[in-house]
Amino acid sequence: MAHMSATTEQAAARPPRIVGSRARRIEDPALLAGRGRFIDDVRVDGVLHAAFVRSPHAHARIRSIDAAAARALPGIRAVYTARDILPALSRLRMPLGFPTQALPEGITPFVLCPEEVCYVGEALAMVIADSRHLAEDAAALVGVDYEALPAIADCRDALDPAAPRVRLEAPDNVLTRFTIAYGDAPGAFAGAAHVFSESLSTHRGGAHPIEGRGALAQFDSAGALTVWSSTQMSHDLKFMLADMLDLAEDLIRVIAPDVGGGFGCKFMVYPEELAVAAAARLSARPVKWIEDRAEHFVSAIQEREQYWDMQIAVDAEGHILGLRGRLVHDQGAYTPQGINCPYNSATSTTGPYKVPAYALEVFVAQTNKVPAIPVRGAGYPEAAFVIERLMDRVARELGLDRALVRLRNLVPAEEMPYEKPLRNRAGAPLILDSGDYPACQRKVLEAIDYAGFPARQAEARRSGRHVGLGFAHGVKGTGRGPFESGTVRVSPSGRISVYTGALAMGQGIRTALAQICAEQLGVREGDVDVIAGDTAYASLGLGGFASRQTVTAGSSVHLAALAVRDKAIKVAAQLLEAAEADLDLRDARVFVEGTDRSVALADVARVLRGVPGYALPPGVEAGLEASFHWKTEALAFAHSFHACEVEVDVETGNVKLLRYVAIQDSGRLINPMIVEGQLHGGITHGIGNALFEYMGYDREGQPYTTTLADYLLPAATEVPRFEILFHESPSPFNPLGVKGVGEGGTVPVAAAIMSAIDDALAPWGVRITEAPVSPVRLLELIEAGRRSGCAASLNQESASKTTVISRGAAPELALRAVDVVQLTDS
Amino acid sequence: MDTRDINVTVNGVAHARKVESRLNLADFLRHELGLTGTHVGCEHGVCGACTVLVEGYSVRACLMLAAQVDGKQVVSVEGLTPANGLSPLQQAFWDKHGLQCGYCTPGVLISLTELLQTNVSPSEAEVREALSGHLCRCTGYHNIVAAALEAAERLRVGK
Repeated sequence: MAHMSATTEQAAARPPRIVGSRARRIEDPALLAGRGRFIDDVRVDGVLHAAFVRSPHAHARIRSIDAAAARALPGIRAVYTARDILPALSRLRMPLGFPTQALPEGITPFVLCPEEVCYVGEALAMVIADSRHLAEDAAALVGVDYEALPAIADCRDALDPAAPRVRLEAPDNVLTRFTIAYGDAPGAFAGAAHVFSESLSTHRGGAHPIEGRGALAQFDSAGALTVWSSTQMSHDLKFMLADMLDLAEDLIRVIAPDVGGGFGCKFMVYPEELAVAAAARLSARPVKWIEDRAEHFVSAIQEREQYWDMQIAVDAEGHILGLRGRLVHDQGAYTPQGINCPYNSATSTTGPYKVPAYALEVFVAQTNKVPAIPVRGAGYPEAAFVIERLMDRVARELGLDRALVRLRNLVPAEEMPYEKPLRNRAGAPLILDSGDYPACQRKVLEAIDYAGFPARQAEARRSGRHVGLGFAHGVKGTGRGPFESGTVRVSPSGRISVYTGALAMGQGIRTALAQICAEQLGVREGDVDVIAGDTAYASLGLGGFASRQTVTAGSSVHLAALAVRDKAIKVAAQLLEAAEADLDLRDARVFVEGTDRSVALADVARVLRGVPGYALPPGVEAGLEASFHWKTEALAFAHSFHACEVEVDVETGNVKLLRYVAIQDSGRLINPMIVEGQLHGGITHGIGNALFEYMGYDREGQPYTTTLADYLLPAATEVPRFEILFHESPSPFNPLGVKGVGEGGTVPVAAAIMSAIDDALAPWGVRITEAPVSPVRLLELIEAGRRSGCAASLNQESASKTTVISRGAAPELALRAVDVVQLTDS
Repeated sequence: MDTRDINVTVNGVAHARKVESRLNLADFLRHELGLTGTHVGCEHGVCGACTVLVEGYSVRACLMLAAQVDGKQVVSVEGLTPANGLSPLQQAFWDKHGLQCGYCTPGVLISLTELLQTNVSPSEAEVREALSGHLCRCTGYHNIVAAALEAAERLRVGK
């Protein structure tokens, strides 16, 4: 007991804990004052401006390009086609972002398209001019003679062996096909009390950070290249520039300035970034390109178009026995990175549930549309939509409570960590590491008064109002490895710096890392400078994706800060002639506990800087600094459970969100205020996916939602006040016990909202199987319910009658088969 | 090149400039005057990131030509910011985590400044209505609304 009280006293003497506090963000004062420095705010002398010539055709052969009129305009410095830009590059075609043997050759985009454009928006020439105005004037004068080719817009049509080819170089439109399976699915279905079939789909949308993409490239007189880019992956951009420009890495520095949001679309090296650097090389002048919104709609990546034909087998009590079916994923015209989205979808369908048998056949189909890579959620929201809609279906068919059906199938807390018979793409077992899913469900349903809802609903119906309550679970693999870099350095001036390959794009990662560092060094978060996304400060980095940076960079910074702390104590013990065990850090000094004897961290740093010719203190290395690349193959699974109340106007189809309650288990929280903010934004993105965001293409691949007046993002008047609860089950897989949070808010939203709409429209038997659902679509469904006399007719299908493939001919014959086991390196 | 001569006062500083007739106000502020706090998000008048005050009223700087502010007073986010520290509205944004990436924030601050000048105790619905001309992809608006209500409260108490 004496030991315990001593510990308590010691804790009381220390400053309030910084990790876990609602610290205000260190990023904010400059941003609030208009002193942020985003890509278009970076000024360099003599800069030229780029505009791209983009294809108006979804598929066409380029017969010829006539740039004479464009070149003749005053202020035009150059017009580069693919042929013109090639001398500045090692090759025209970009390498695959995540190299793998499992995908065929010749699937990536070109820096500028040389012969055959494959989606509306694909860049085939660039104009370099004294101003952006002039560059756009000239781009409009570039004459391109196209031979239009047949295009494919619907990925289900693309699977037809007779369909036109998306790119003439490919043998067919199937990029790859794989199966994720475990257990005895045929046996499970044969013996099941009930089997239900469902076709479900989610549509594609854009990332739409309010700041678009942009890049600025400048060579100095010695041939060194600096590139500023609004990117989520500055190190990858550096490595790809070295490769594509055939330039030594030491001559390249990539800087991500303030990034005005990413949401996935900046986690890719784009053709435009390389084109800008190549143009700077050819023109011997700095070149800048700033994407406008019109370009974002047709050239920044999109995601989420998937079509699922699924069957679920359950016993008489609604326990899942098996899940099987087919997924068609729309990859768009090229594959810049790999197949992480459909792989994530296919391995996360079972979500928080125990599913004894699973078999999913996945077709990754190419279309003449903008390429797909992850947007916030990366395949998980689609899978959550599928399994959660199926859980509602089971409940409805069996006449069971939706909450009860979920409780019967959730992985219970006492079985954590729970290993699924699945592997992540690092090849490691997929393990739900910690959590209490049933408790989270209970807490949220209590908060939203689920038990009292039937009475509220009946009351509303009596006054002609149609309200519904819905809910859904989501799990999201976060903290994806293999590592992130983190260095902590105390300079002899006393400044404390953190350098990391993590990428700050608005999440508050600088503040979180500063808190983690400050906690160990006895300072405040405001005393720590965090430099992120600048390749001059960190040799390695992977950047911002998969809700990973607090886990990976956080762990590296934590370990580095601990190492710096240990070193400071070791040196201070010698300087103060005290025992190491008696020392502690606070106020940027090392104190002998219980005395006023201390030494400043700055003084320790000065000692470790070294004096020419004199010895360092024994037993320590030079410099008060440490670097870590904390490594992981596992994912930290964050869990969300959301419940919402909606009101549907059956005359207009409008859906109003009345209440939204969400619980998030992201393990230990570094800064609850930042985590809440991430959830608000993530949920709102999900609301967009559920009700508003629809990237429309016609059958010829022409996009028709290319302004923010046509493609609707949720505004302040469309979203409710959010009620956020936390459950903290620390991850056992990293030293901080943290899990990611950036995407978790998005994952269950569409499923929860559709569940609530179904509930509100139960009198018409409405069952929503697609996202987004528009007011017009809801009116169609209500009308269909009216016509069919509605209500009842929820007849259960017999297992023998169900069909899985709902559309198009079975395409097996024409496809390349790829064993999923071989995909583990993707 | 078709040009116009304009005289405009921006954040209290008078400028006499020759501008291209087609130059919009956002590009004028950013690239001619170096006031890069005003951001451009869509260039078609939907996202609201470029909102500034002209003669005290909020306008989309991407939908207005520089030539149209001849003889007028313009205030951008730089003009909302005291020489030292932050305004009560900016301070409330910091305290309430009303921003994430910060790209839409300057325009949002401008619209809320306009709101709070005319309505000292706005309701949540009124704040949301004032924000409806702004798109934010990061915050879900929750903490923007909270910050606006907090700022209104502080301004009332301050008076």
